[in-house]
Parts: sequence; structure tokens; C-alpha cells
Amino acid sequence: MKHYWWKILAMLLLLYSIVMGILGNVPALPIVHETIRNVYFHVPMWFSMFTLYFISVVYSIKYLSSNNPRHDLVAVESVNVGIIFCMLGLATGMIWANFTWGAPWPNDPKTNGSAIATLMYLAYLVLRNALEEEQKRGRISAIYNIFAFPIMIVLMYILPKNTDSLHPGAGGNSGFGDFDLDGSMKAVLYPAAVGWILVGIWLMSLRFRIRNLEYGRHQAEY
Amino acid sequence: MSLFKEVTSLIHKEILLEWRFKYAINGILLYVVSTVFVCYQAFKSVDSTTWNALFWIILLFASINAINKSFVQESRQRQLYYYTVASAKAIILSKILYNMLIMLLLSAIAFVVYSLIFQSPLGDPLLYALSVALGSTGFASVFTMVSAISSKTGNNSTMMAILSFPIVIPLLLVLIKVSNHALDGLDRSVSVDELLVLLAINIITVAISLLLFPYLWRD
Repeated sequence: MKHYWWKILAMLLLLYSIVMGILGNVPALPIVHETIRNVYFHVPMWFSMFTLYFISVVYSIKYLSSNNPRHDLVAVESVNVGIIFCMLGLATGMIWANFTWGAPWPNDPKTNGSAIATLMYLAYLVLRNALEEEQKRGRISAIYNIFAFPIMIVLMYILPKNTDSLHPGAGGNSGFGDFDLDGSMKAVLYPAAVGWILVGIWLMSLRFRIRNLEYGRHQAEY
Repeated sequence: MSLFKEVTSLIHKEILLEWRFKYAINGILLYVVSTVFVCYQAFKSVDSTTWNALFWIILLFASINAINKSFVQESRQRQLYYYTVASAKAIILSKILYNMLIMLLLSAIAFVVYSLIFQSPLGDPLLYALSVALGSTGFASVFTMVSAISSKTGNNSTMMAILSFPIVIPLLLVLIKVSNHALDGLDRSVSVDELLVLLAINIITVAISLLLFPYLWRD
């Protein structure tokens, strides 16, 4: 119970967000209508991705100062799971955009920015495959990861803020908080975000533990 | 030796090497001119948005080709020698500054050739020149660090492209926006924000490169 309470919490939060996300009250708005409920699933994906990439860059910095291979494993597994969340975020966003904006891929700076950021993290994985020697791989990919992180923030948060964007809260559009007058949507969105972030960390820790066991066995063989 | 002295003597060495061989700079100049001609033959006449985008794409590929070689042209033994006589910070700083100089020269020539061949009404030539200068120094600082990373992997040019394109896109987007303002001859106060962003990107990439390169060069 001591170690896995947060996994139960994650499950409960997700259950709550799914039930309340479908049954709860939402403001009646033109164009979006009931698809506004997608905000409970689309937005937490990006929060989780951002958290995982942040964990990854923290462990990359730690790897550079410690040279502990386990830190490198955490960094790469965070990116692996972060990319899954980014794909899910793009998928939920495309379904939503198809209903509200009329096309799955409108020319929107935030959509394009997140796609480009994904390319950057895929390039990180390719870079890792191109390097054979373990320490060199860890060090060089950590450097690229640290270099890429501020660019990812610029692409996904700063550039869309001052360009014309279809997303709420960007390019002079009113933010999400303006529609949610009584805070009933916030009461679902934030627990959902915490739940998905915990699930992301859970996935990452599982993948890390598998890699760590493999690494330990590999070390024992030589 | 102080950092400043190390940097100046390393840049002096780079310029001397380039001057003696003249292979890289001539090659890249021919590359730019022939790309401009290929585009000219393909397009004949273009509207101002395409004119601008095409110029930046030509400059992007030219700068990738120019900077790609900066960590592989010299032998490993000689690089090892530099690392023993100079600090890692001095080496990356000298490479960045030297590449900025090369890129300024290259983009100036590319701009002159391009606007001679492709006629286009430039609303505000001074602002356009400023955005070209900021853009070429920005390309130089980003690509120098990425070429340092990609030089550590075997297949250099593919790695260079996939690592650097996503990183350079924010810079490119801002550049295309500013230069479009300059083409349309909008009031300069409109572009101040973007110019500051460009300057900030330059400073941030140089700072990150200085912080990270000392971990990179050791083999």
C-alpha cells in the first residue's frame, strides 16, 4: 500500500474524469456543442507529455553530472512514453478539429508546432540508435535532449501565443476559463490531468524497470 | 591564455585555413549560385511570398552544407591537439563566431545574386538586410552545435538534417514573418517584437552551446 497508493489514485481519478466527463454539466456553446467534453481528454494528454519531457530533460541533466546509466534509461523511457501521449493528443485533437473546425488538420500554429516537436523527439530516438557505444550514446543524446527542450516550449507555447491560432487562449482568442463560469469543468479537467500524468509516470516507470532489469542482466553476463 | 585570446587565435587559425585552401567557401558559393539558377529556371517569375520563402530555403540548405563540415574537416588527432591547448568553451565559441562570419558573407552574396536574378519589389531593403543578417547568424549558432553533435555519429549528413530541421523551424518561422513585413514595406515598429525574438534565440542558443559543449567534446 505504501508504494502503489498513487497508482490507485490515478485509476480513481481517471474513472471519475470519464464518468463526470460524460455525465457532467457543460456550458452550451455554438459550434463546439457537446464536443467540449473532449477537453477532458485532449488537454491532459499535453500536460502528461509536457511532464514526461520535463522529467526526461531533468534526468538528462542528472546523467551529464553523474554518468549513472540508470538516469539515461529514465530519460529515454520518458521520451518514449511522452511521444505516445503526444500521438494521442494529436489524435484526439484531429477528431475534435474535424467536428469543430471542419478539417482534421487545419493550418494551425499549435498543431504544426506539436507535430514539429514530435519530429524533434523522434530525431532524438534516431540519434540514440546511431550511436553504439553506451556512454557516448547517453552523453550525446542527453545534450541533444537538453538542446531540444527549450525549442519544444517555443514551438508549442510561445509561438502560437502571438500568432493567429484556432486554439482557445492563443492569438487573442478567449481562453478556456471564460466559458467555464461556475468552475464545474475545472473540477473535472484538473483531476483528469493529474490522473493522466500519474498514468504516464506509471507507464514510464514500468518501462524503466524492464530496461533496468535487462541492463542488470547484460552487466552480469560480462 | 585568457578565453578572449584563445578565441581570437582560434578564429585566426580558421580563417587562415580557409584562405589557404579556399575549397569550402568557393564550393559553397558555387552551390548557392547554382541553386539560385536552378530555382530561376524552374520558376521564372514568382510572387513576393514565394520569392521570400524560396530565398530562405536556399539559404537554409546552403548554411547546412557550409556548417556541416565544421567539425569533420580536420583530423581527429588535430582536434585532440586543440582540446589540449584550448578550453572547450573557447573552441565552440570560436567555431560559432567563425561560422557567423562565413554565413554573413555567404548570405550577403546569396542575397545580391538572388535579387539580381529574381526581380522583386523590396519595400524596406534595410530591414530585409537586417533580418538576413540575424537569420544567418542564428543559423550559424544552431547548426554549429548540431554539427558538433552529428559529427559524433557515423553517417553525418543525414543525421545533420534530421537533428537540425525541427530545431531551426521556430527561427525560420519568425524570419519569414519579419522578411515578409520588410517585403511589404510595413512600418518598422511592427517588426520590433520579431527582431527581439530573433536576437533572443541567437543569445539562448549560444548560451546553451557554451554550457553543453564541454560535455560533448570528450571521447
